[in-house]
Amino acid sequence: MDRNAILNELKKVLTPYTENKELLNGITEETDLIKDLKINSANLVDIIIDAESAYNIEIDFDSAEKMYLVGNCIDVILDKMNQSA
Amino acid sequence: MSKRVVITGLGVVSPNGMNVPDFLHSIKNGISGIKYVPLFEELKFNCQVCGMPEFEWEQLRNYITETSLYGLKGKGIAFGIKAALDAWMDAGNSIVSDETLYETGCVFGSSVADTDVIKNAINRVDAKESKKLGSRVVEQIMNSGVTAYISGRLGLGNKIISNSSACATGTQAILMGYEYIKYGMAKRMVVGSSEYVDSYVFGAFDSMRVLSRKFNDQPEKASRPMSISAGGFVPGSGAGALILEDLDFALARGAKIYGEILGGSNNSGGQRSGGTMTAPAAAGVVRCITDAIAQANIKADDIDLISGHLTATIADKQEIQNWSDALGRRGEDFPMVNSLKSMIGHCLSAAGSIEMVAAVLQLEHQFVHPNINIEDPNPEIIDLITANNLPTNMVNKDINVLAKANFGFGDVNTCLIISKYK
Repeated sequence: MDRNAILNELKKVLTPYTENKELLNGITEETDLIKDLKINSANLVDIIIDAESAYNIEIDFDSAEKMYLVGNCIDVILDKMNQSA
Repeated sequence: MSKRVVITGLGVVSPNGMNVPDFLHSIKNGISGIKYVPLFEELKFNCQVCGMPEFEWEQLRNYITETSLYGLKGKGIAFGIKAALDAWMDAGNSIVSDETLYETGCVFGSSVADTDVIKNAINRVDAKESKKLGSRVVEQIMNSGVTAYISGRLGLGNKIISNSSACATGTQAILMGYEYIKYGMAKRMVVGSSEYVDSYVFGAFDSMRVLSRKFNDQPEKASRPMSISAGGFVPGSGAGALILEDLDFALARGAKIYGEILGGSNNSGGQRSGGTMTAPAAAGVVRCITDAIAQANIKADDIDLISGHLTATIADKQEIQNWSDALGRRGEDFPMVNSLKSMIGHCLSAAGSIEMVAAVLQLEHQFVHPNINIEDPNPEIIDLITANNLPTNMVNKDINVLAKANFGFGDVNTCLIISKYK
């Protein structure tokens, strides 16, 4: 799975937690989940839980802390997918 | 100096009406919200009927944000949000405010945090999957969940309190909000209570043998306050909410005024002299009513209508006796009395607030709602207050002063006195 495919999948994971859905149209790897998408910081754990289930991976605490930009999320997801492959 | 406190908004989620106009139609026409529940038969409950609002999650779509609605599973919280926000809008306010409203607070009660949500947490944890619970569980299993959602949505910045006093919860919440305004601590309060009786809470009451069990095949007949064939109460769910305001604050913004809270009392019989965990001490109840009358600065003879607690157990007769003793009135001289529970069952912590919404509507529209299922009234009650005071059809009547009381487990009592605003 390439980075672009993961970004598109990730968009679906982020949708229920993003109040203004239009913000999702323009997301790039530099998009900040909290600052740009206005996601409530408490919901980051829900996004991690949903990502774990969507990609059948496990995201540990240290990796989770890195997931604040869309690009970081893709890094972690790719890394974990490679580990479990 | 104490302030006058008026009622400026109403909201309700009831087994017989999901909004105030539908609820008003139902209580005028004696429409029951009690239904048979097949699951309760499967679960081998003695009582297989209940009052459940016709709620769907979609109804909250315009009340809270989409992200907040996603992940909300607690129905008691949902009922409370809907009733409170309906009351807020009924009072002429818009939901969204950018500023914190420091002059406005909230007292909203419940009896148990949502057990469906708790069950999910228990199942996950026991399956060693606590990691999957996510961020939305704690806010829904904390007892203050309902007030947290309401106050957060409306931006309320005064006292935010979640009270719990069993079946006296709703009237207690209203009394607390009234007192904060009366003594100048707040200008406006969102008050009320909500209850979602799921199978687990229901089963526990069923095991106490205090629920109606002989009318499972005739659900609408099952809740029979003051009837000789009353055999226990029917649990109900829902929420009621009121907006209370300092009179000057309400007048300054040109608010519609439904009525005035003249006073109230909240006490306990101390579980002494006949009072127990589950039964109120008569002396405590009488004192609660007489204190409320004194606080309201009215005479017992001024009361035109009693909205009773009257759950359809053997306690009904004693309750009527207590009212009679407290008011010093009996026979034809006793005021008319009704029990909303005949139509919607006993909504536990939500009972007081839903019944208070019904009380305010009777004051506003000058009628007494019928007591349904009382074709065979308890003769001892009739002896005390005559059949004329137990209307079985709607009665149009001048009502100036109304007394509303609820009595809860733990021997806690609340009585409120409301009147038309003059």
